Amino acid sequence: MNILVCISNVPDTTSKINFKDQNEAFDTNGVQFIINPNDEFGLTRAIWLQQKSGAKVTVVTIGDSSCEPILRKCLAIGADQAIRIDAHPLDGFFVASQLAALCKKETYDLIITGRESIDYNGAMVGGMLATMLSLPYVANCIQMDVEGTNVSLQREIDGGKETLISTFPIVLGAQKGLVEESDLIIPNMRGIMQARQKPLTVESAITLNQATSVKIFEKPPEKGPVKLVDSNDVDGLIELLQNEAKVL
Amino acid sequence: MSVVVYIESQKGVVKKAGLEIASFGRAIADASQDSLVAVTFNLEDTSTLKLYGVDKVYNVNTEEDNFFNVERYANSIQNVVLKEAAKIILVSASADGRYLGPILAVKSKAAYFSNVVALPTSYDPLTVKRSCFTNKAFNESTTNEECSVISLCSNAYGLKEKQGLAEVVEASYETSSTSLKVVSVDKVTDKITIADADIVVSGGRGLKGPENWHLIEDLATVLGAATACSKPVSDMGWRPHSEHVGQTGKPVASNLYIAIGVSGAIQHLAGINSSKVKVVINNDPEAPFFKAADYGIVGDAFEVVPQLISKLKALKQ
Ligand SMILES: Cc1cc2nc3c(=O)[nH]c(=O)nc-3n(C[C@H](O)[C@H](O)[C@H](O)COP(=O)(O)OP(=O)(O)OC[C@H]3O[C@@H](n4cnc5c(N)ncnc54)[C@H](O)[C@@H]3O)c2cc1C
Repeated sequence: MNILVCISNVPDTTSKINFKDQNEAFDTNGVQFIINPNDEFGLTRAIWLQQKSGAKVTVVTIGDSSCEPILRKCLAIGADQAIRIDAHPLDGFFVASQLAALCKKETYDLIITGRESIDYNGAMVGGMLATMLSLPYVANCIQMDVEGTNVSLQREIDGGKETLISTFPIVLGAQKGLVEESDLIIPNMRGIMQARQKPLTVESAITLNQATSVKIFEKPPEKGPVKLVDSNDVDGLIELLQNEAKVL
Repeated sequence: MSVVVYIESQKGVVKKAGLEIASFGRAIADASQDSLVAVTFNLEDTSTLKLYGVDKVYNVNTEEDNFFNVERYANSIQNVVLKEAAKIILVSASADGRYLGPILAVKSKAAYFSNVVALPTSYDPLTVKRSCFTNKAFNESTTNEECSVISLCSNAYGLKEKQGLAEVVEASYETSSTSLKVVSVDKVTDKITIADADIVVSGGRGLKGPENWHLIEDLATVLGAATACSKPVSDMGWRPHSEHVGQTGKPVASNLYIAIGVSGAIQHLAGINSSKVKVVINNDPEAPFFKAADYGIVGDAFEVVPQLISKLKALKQ
């Protein structure tokens, strides 16, 4: 089985979010980048299939050379090879189109994206990619059981879950549940050493028209201080929620 | 021309998110001087849509298929988009809406905007404001395509009534070309979900153990709220995973979020900070949640919450 895991290079949640160039671009100065957490759940699930049935795991990201450390980390976690498509990821449609072009050149049985990235939270790459390839897509995927060429999956829905079946190839949007946080693989020294020898190839991007353009960023206005109510005055809190916030 | 809106329903009845996206659609249709066309599935009574400014309803009957089949839904909506030569398509930010949106966008050769928080700031070209970096920032984006799909954040616009005709027309349930099939759905129907709730009451490790969760549940019951919890609480098995909210859990965008015994770690806040009004009850005045909250009580949850429950009960009577 050939598995492609699509990785997004995202700022760590604790990063300060700032903008530059008259608020037209995200300021990466001092920002620590990590593997998008949802993608890491997906990668871990892929490694399990590699360990169990010898699946080959390829990771791919769209970005400039500053993304290579996270690809090396994916290799240290256990991926067999990495691809970097050399382009600035302009929007979700651009990313999905680049991935679709790659998937038309190579054949993958299972393509894993994250449910959403934690920077733009678009939740769109997986569904777009699947549709471009005329493949089925399962979003918010919390379980996957493989039986030969058939696969049974669970999707988290509002208020519960849904069970689906399909045949390969398929695209899924990984999230916690597919594996648990305690299952995440912390690379050991051997993994890190091996990762240096594993192939990381750079491919050029296809050209396409951009579907959307981000014009300007802004930060929400500074929030005022919290209004504290004395712990013996719950009436006061109720009164504020009713008459000031108008939410009761 | 028309604005096409996908309106979600459950058991034949329009969901609140469906009424919100209809309200939003009406305002867009007014601004762009289009008509508002709804696509619904198995709606029993389309008359509610008259109150939310819908001009025309394509009500698809899925007959033998009781499940949300994303491909068939997308193809059926796409059919209406073509018929109506729509340039703007609207979906809710529910789990199903966010699943459908990108698929529909590619099928319709449309630009896709998720996390939209307000009415478009321009129609030529279509320009929208979206939240990003888990609500730590916003951006303004424009379309470069003829057609655009917009997914509106929950509770970002609210419900606004306006008279409409809601004329019902025939619609076909299109087929799917992929092998994917839904085989079963496992859903709580007796409890309000985090996604649908106006109010969410959330408990953290400060509640000490699962045996104390009656405080959260009783408060939620009197408020008609959904219950939620922090990650360690679900990790320790005090509460089901489906209640875990935050960066790695479910997102919350309620009108009121009440956090009890939750410290307010950045990963927790990342998932809940698009809620409109935040209240914290915590015995540590230094807890980071106080910086994110609108209202707060520094106090012991075991003393404050029972008082809150009894006062609210009295008020409801
Ligand atoms: C990659 C990553 C992802 C994460 N994702 C999430 C996520 O999605 N969601 C999430 O919630 N967390 C997430 N976390 C964990 C997060 O960092 C915090 O550890 C977690 O939110 C803390 O949970 P808590 O507030 O319940 O517990 P604690 O931090 O232990 O806080 C308990 C609070 O209760 C208060 N308290 C104690 N006793 C009382 C009392 N009697 N009355 C009132 N208050 C009392 C204390 O003062 C304290 O503030 C993530 C962490 C990482 C590293």
